[in-house]
Amino acid sequence: MNGNGGAHGLIAVEHLTMRFGGLVAVDDVSFDGADRQITAIIGPNGAGKTTVFNCLTGFYKPTVGRLTLNHPENGQFLLERMEGYQIPARAGIARTFQNIRLFPAMSVLENLVLAQHNVLMRASGFSVAGLLGMRRYREAERQAVDLAKYWLDRTSLTERADWEAGNLPYGDQRRLEIARAMCTKPVLLCLDEPAAGLNPKESAELNKLLLYVRDEHRIGLLLIEHDMSVVMEISDRIIVLDYGRNIAAGTPDEIKNNPDVIRAYLGETEDEELPATVARDLQDSAPRS
Amino acid sequence: MAPPSGTTTILPPLDRRAVLKESAYIAIFVFALAFGLVGFKTEDVPGGLEIVTRFGQVFVAALVAFVGRLGMILLREQRPVPVLWGSAAFAAVMLALLIGNLAAPAADLTRYLPFGSVVINWLVTLLAVVFFGRAVWVLRHRSRAVTAGREAVMDRVAARVQRSARVIGPLLLGIAIVFPFLPVADRWLLDIAILVATYIMLGWGLNIVVGLAGLLDLGYVAFYAVGAYSYALLATYFDLGFWVCLPFAGIMAAFAGILLGFPVLRLRGDYLAIVTLGFGEMIRVILLNWYKFTKGPDGISGIPRPSFFGLPFTRNPPDGSESFHSFFGLEYSPLDRIIFLYYLIIALALVTNFFTLRIRKLPVGRAWEALREDETACRSIGINPRNTKLTAFAIGAMFGGFGGSFFATRQGFISPESFTFIESAIILAVVVLGGMGSQIGVAFAAVILIGLPEFFRELQQYRMLAFGAAMVMIMVWRPRGLLAHREPTIRLFPQGPPVKEPKT
Repeated sequence: MNGNGGAHGLIAVEHLTMRFGGLVAVDDVSFDGADRQITAIIGPNGAGKTTVFNCLTGFYKPTVGRLTLNHPENGQFLLERMEGYQIPARAGIARTFQNIRLFPAMSVLENLVLAQHNVLMRASGFSVAGLLGMRRYREAERQAVDLAKYWLDRTSLTERADWEAGNLPYGDQRRLEIARAMCTKPVLLCLDEPAAGLNPKESAELNKLLLYVRDEHRIGLLLIEHDMSVVMEISDRIIVLDYGRNIAAGTPDEIKNNPDVIRAYLGETEDEELPATVARDLQDSAPRS
Repeated sequence: MAPPSGTTTILPPLDRRAVLKESAYIAIFVFALAFGLVGFKTEDVPGGLEIVTRFGQVFVAALVAFVGRLGMILLREQRPVPVLWGSAAFAAVMLALLIGNLAAPAADLTRYLPFGSVVINWLVTLLAVVFFGRAVWVLRHRSRAVTAGREAVMDRVAARVQRSARVIGPLLLGIAIVFPFLPVADRWLLDIAILVATYIMLGWGLNIVVGLAGLLDLGYVAFYAVGAYSYALLATYFDLGFWVCLPFAGIMAAFAGILLGFPVLRLRGDYLAIVTLGFGEMIRVILLNWYKFTKGPDGISGIPRPSFFGLPFTRNPPDGSESFHSFFGLEYSPLDRIIFLYYLIIALALVTNFFTLRIRKLPVGRAWEALREDETACRSIGINPRNTKLTAFAIGAMFGGFGGSFFATRQGFISPESFTFIESAIILAVVVLGGMGSQIGVAFAAVILIGLPEFFRELQQYRMLAFGAAMVMIMVWRPRGLLAHREPTIRLFPQGPPVKEPKT
């Protein structure tokens, strides 16, 4: 159902359903996410966006559905069969959280070095070589710090590298979380409301950062966002969820004019059949909001 | 906000009645408490027990509480002058009496002291000195932000201690090494030092689990017991020596740690604490009831003493062999063995410390700390929480096991009696009091919690009361521990950032 403009399919979600007891949070959702594209998932509160993310990143096991990730180097992964922590480690999916989850008592640099845990763990010979202080480990740690430095630079956090992460201002914490996710060297970056709580200037900087990640690091991005200035400006494709269902998919322009989307955001009148004039009025007024 | 010292400040008027009322309440409270606790005492007399009343002491206690509270209120209300003079006078009189009593016991100056116990008298004097110091401080910084100031001061002290660990550590180590040869070091003091060092080592071991990985373990004594019994059983059944058994004891304890780790992988916080508590009791109950194997409540005796590279510390070695003193041509001294045990536990503690400091800077150590901070975030960056938790449990338990085999070889006799919950509680108290994750803090806390009570033996059962009171006070004033300060394991700018940090 989703033509994705001919780009290489990175992630394919097919018939994803997630039930919590009697509640159907996500109901038969299918979509694709492509390499070098920003795919936004939007929808009203409670539409199931974060649940989709949690299924993709292994925090939930989907009730029904298939989640396939095509890693350009490591091959294909069926995410619903993998253990949670292996998804970032092997399939290369990194994520951020709606309510920021850093390691607050640890320094900014430590947060970024930790994101390279698995590489360093192997280099330290599962601590044996590290305990003996072997060169191989020291070299690996230096490289990890270099990668951390690169992302500190990109997120303009270099000056605060030795700060406790919990003492950073809010906007910096948001950027640090993205930097930490990027330090795991992902092929797909999932961002859960990265612009929440940012002021317009910070939002604009975030847009720049995300476009940089897409264009320079050539990875796919999935984005949950309420801030339409972010969504409409940077998304290549938008997927709209409502009550757990996928109600529309397309480019920002298509979505702006989709009557189902407008109805989901502005609500339905009690009357089943909307008078034609009202529908047209709604359609005209909605995209500007 | 604070006016510069020297200028007069306008203070709100003192409500004398309210002040007296508050002090009186405290005095009544202390009176009610002391009436039962201090007022009556059983004493052995020929033909049975007799109840002795000490109501005079109860009144003195209430009076001291009244005056003390009054002093605290005056300090709080920025009126230090009366406290200054009062505490100075009181401390001077007390010190004169106490020192006079030490110098001339015949004069029987104790009659004039307020309390029957010498230690309590000293403590009250110390309290008066603290009041005096506080009054001087208030007088000099007449500032309102007293509480905030104290917090900041302690934080700064903690940070400074942590940063200067490079100097303090070797210094303390030097003192520890020369300690047995100081003239003051007699058998009694050495025994206390060994005890303190044992708890320092156990504290450092538990610090890995509680301080770094953030897994609240109330059953740490179980691993201590596993280590002790591993050594005792291997030594008595297979006739193996201490040095051969030590690694085995560590491995067995680590295995026990993994055994505990698996069922509690999904638990956090209080739930984890309860299960670990149960695990600690389980091990003790097994040791108690598996009579055929562990000899149950009878315990295991005749556990071999450690030897110095095969040289035993005995006066008369069996024919054809040499003992430590004859090999080195020294006079036999029973203290040799104690000194050797002392160095042994210091070495074991140092190994624990070195290992912890080292592993903290490795990926595993950082992952432990990350796990303490946020397990969900750990999974999102590909850290395997299961393995990370299990390694923390296993390595913490391993050091507990080393400590246990040391305990067994020192005592020569072990029974399940030695591994009750109170031991776990004390080790945990050492870690919490010292400051979770702080190595120097743990050592400091072990000296305070284990060493000081030995000097206050005279207080008998009130020792535990004082112990509890000290813990409550720490939790109120320094909930993160005395010397809690975390230094990052890696810095981008070891000499400070290139640009001036904006103040936050």
